[in-house]
Amino acid sequence: MPRTERTLRVVLAEDSVLLREGLIGLLARFGHEVVAAVGDADGLREAVAAHGPDIVVTDVRMPPGFQDEGLRAAVALRAERPALPVLVLSQYVQRSYAADLLDAGDGTGVGYLLKDRVGQVEEFLDALARVADGGTVVDPEVVRQLLRRHRDPLEALTPREREVLGLVAEGHSNGAIARRLVVTEAAVGKHIGNILAKLDLPPAEDTHRRVLAVLTYLRA
Amino acid sequence: MAPRTPWQALTRPRFPRSSWPWRSVAYLATGALLGAVACAVFVLLGLFSVLLVGLPPLLLSGLAVGGVERRRLRLVDLDPAPDPHRVPAAPGLAAWLRLRVGEQATWREFAYALLLATVLWPLDLLVVAVGIGLPVLLLSAPVQLAVDGEEAKVVKAYLVTSYPEAFGAALLGALLLVALAYPLAAVAGARAALVRALLTPRDAAGQGAIGEVIASRARLVDAFEAERRRIERDLHDGAQQRLVALTMTLGLARLDAPPGGPLADQLAKAHAEAGRVLTELRELIHGIHPQVLADYGLGPALADAADRSAVPVTTDVELPRLPESVESAGYFAGCEALANIGKHSGASRASITARHTAGVLRIEVGDDGRGAADPAAGTGLTGLADRLAVLDGTLTIMSPPGGPTLLRVEIPCPALSARSASSSPRTASSSGRD
Repeated sequence: MPRTERTLRVVLAEDSVLLREGLIGLLARFGHEVVAAVGDADGLREAVAAHGPDIVVTDVRMPPGFQDEGLRAAVALRAERPALPVLVLSQYVQRSYAADLLDAGDGTGVGYLLKDRVGQVEEFLDALARVADGGTVVDPEVVRQLLRRHRDPLEALTPREREVLGLVAEGHSNGAIARRLVVTEAAVGKHIGNILAKLDLPPAEDTHRRVLAVLTYLRA
Repeated sequence: MAPRTPWQALTRPRFPRSSWPWRSVAYLATGALLGAVACAVFVLLGLFSVLLVGLPPLLLSGLAVGGVERRRLRLVDLDPAPDPHRVPAAPGLAAWLRLRVGEQATWREFAYALLLATVLWPLDLLVVAVGIGLPVLLLSAPVQLAVDGEEAKVVKAYLVTSYPEAFGAALLGALLLVALAYPLAAVAGARAALVRALLTPRDAAGQGAIGEVIASRARLVDAFEAERRRIERDLHDGAQQRLVALTMTLGLARLDAPPGGPLADQLAKAHAEAGRVLTELRELIHGIHPQVLADYGLGPALADAADRSAVPVTTDVELPRLPESVESAGYFAGCEALANIGKHSGASRASITARHTAGVLRIEVGDDGRGAADPAAGTGLTGLADRLAVLDGTLTIMSPPGGPTLLRVEIPCPALSARSASSSPRTASSSGRD
């Protein structure tokens, strides 16, 4: 899909001042505008209501309870406005978080990234743009962990198909997957067709079967 | 204050209309029944013990009678009747048996069982027969007369031939029913007091001391948990955030450095190193106290531990939220088991099953490895057993040489909520929405 080069209006929720300032600087440097930067979940909800941003970037753990307030707020925001892209930054590789997030709304325009990824500046900006464009991004580290484990619903898949599904979960397009695996795009399309068939996701009205496949993968 | 024993209830004016007479009757009647069964069992065991080793079954029957009696006590005594037995310090049947044989409570239970089987149950029966049987027979005099037509011998002794006489007898029966309720309840109260004296923990001071020791061990574990979380939070909110900021700065600096030059090289190295430190720190923090345990509970945390395992693990976990100390102990037990499987078992597959049923959390971790796991050899399993013991939990390991190994953790605890998020119900609840 074509990448937006547009300027994104971002609401940022991060309780660590150091990181918040760093992220504001980083985003500003690449032409994005942080319209509000808040330090807790309530502030996040208010800022979204006040600014109507293009995308929300939020930490998982925030005051007051320092548990998963940020994630809960993101899920609540998605329930209210399913079209609002949300990118969650987490200190933990945790598929429960990713699955909860993808479950909110229709699973498009959401991302779950490890905080470490912020340091890989280009990777991070790339993920941000893909989520803003309605893509689905799950951190490669989560995907890697899931691939290591044997899971029943995915037993029917060949190793190659699992690999492709992993890359789909990371949010790559068929073209990007084809380049990574050094195969043709048609081959990737065929693999994905097989995956959808094996996971019993028939081509009915064909909205977000890729997302459903990723969800199956996360829950398995 | 509402009465808590038949003795307290006896002095209330509402006694005949309260539930206490019936509770007393139920208590004595079931006592007679239990005693008769115990008598039969003792006779049988006695015969066998001449031929075979009869002591263990006799001991067990005493324990069983004690357990039933403490439960039955609730019929006529609303105060709790705690179990006087201690929890074995080590898992296994041998340790349990050694402890039980050495306990005074075991022998008191045995003595009580003998007393019940020989003396108490006929007494119970007699009191119920006189207190309830006699009035009921008198009450039924008109019916008896109607059935016979001519005459009826009430209570096998007194002949009635007319309805006025019969109704007179019935009236007497009704009065007796009320009047005899008092001595009946008094006997039930005495029986209950005897049971309480013999079968519940005595020596309040000593029991209190043990209770205090257990409580302080539990506090120690709690304090340890709190400290774990504090360290985790300090690392998370301090070092980890700074490292993320550092890698971000290094990442930005790399974009500015002239590509291909020595500066870009050095920055790339520093960036990669910082990334590795961040990864290590993340693993370390996770090992100290995984956040998912606090946020989602034991089920997802175990699924998460299974994700990280080197050996492929199938999970079948469905759990409600449980008390924090239980979730933590269960989690670390599961992790320890998985770590052992990865290190020692040579297994190619492992499985985790966890359920909370009838107030007990049960986690089973199995593998298809070479077996022969020895709880005494490693400090890991011993430490785990100690930790579970504080929560009254047990660790059982079945690991014959050649495998397979099954490790079972059981911790009694109440559930805090209905089913919470866990791997399997999550799928079920959300599939309808797609």
